[in-house]
Amino acid sequence: MLIACLLFSVLVLIGAIWVVILPNLFRAALSLGLVLLGIAALFIVLRAEFLAFVQILIYVGAILTLVIFAIMLTGKRAVAEVPRPAASRHSIPAMAASLALFIALVSTTSSLRGLEIMAEPPTLTTLGQQLVTTFILPFEVISLLFVIAIVGAIVLASSR
Amino acid sequence: MTMILLWLSAALFSLGVYGLLTRRHAIGLLLAVELMLNAAALNFVLFSRTFGQAHAQIFALFIIALAACEAVVGLAIILSLFRSTKTVLADDVNLLKG
Repeated sequence: MLIACLLFSVLVLIGAIWVVILPNLFRAALSLGLVLLGIAALFIVLRAEFLAFVQILIYVGAILTLVIFAIMLTGKRAVAEVPRPAASRHSIPAMAASLALFIALVSTTSSLRGLEIMAEPPTLTTLGQQLVTTFILPFEVISLLFVIAIVGAIVLASSR
Repeated sequence: MTMILLWLSAALFSLGVYGLLTRRHAIGLLLAVELMLNAAALNFVLFSRTFGQAHAQIFALFIIALAACEAVVGLAIILSLFRSTKTVLADDVNLLKG
């Protein structure tokens, strides 16, 4: 299990680096697909099978397809991103900022060292029951948000 | 295993911030935001496994749903922006600048 965890972590990390540094946006989107699949595999390692399938269905199946459609719809300039003097000018401060953030996050969580798995994974039955009892209000709000997002997207993207 | 995944999610979040700061293409920014959302979801699922709580998985589910909403609306905005100004670079959008 540790080996699978390490393997998928390396896969996700490489994919994530590609997502942010590849100049070709189409390839960046495809490597985002790699990252999403790797995270779904990590969910399976963590015994959250339902979330893994939701991740594959929604992220890889819907969101990634939408992103690739948008990249293609916005034309040739989108795919071959212009050579970027401005970006290379900003890349060193950006790298410093994100490195500082990484160090801060790691040092914040370092007090959790030695934390081990101490309980059985929650079952799908509990998940479903809690979703419609304890979390019924957030569930309804999310449904409403979905409707609003869909209507808003149609209004924004309609060609008139 | 817990620490490896915690570091991985910290690294994913930092890479998302890096992408957000360096990308010029609007869809590239959206990809970086997806990375950051995934880092948060991974953390939720990790702690759900550690403490055996179903709550955390429900919140990971909500994160995925919110990410879907965000991607849909963001891409619609980018498409309508491309239609009206013929650009998708975030730097070139200065319609309100005097």
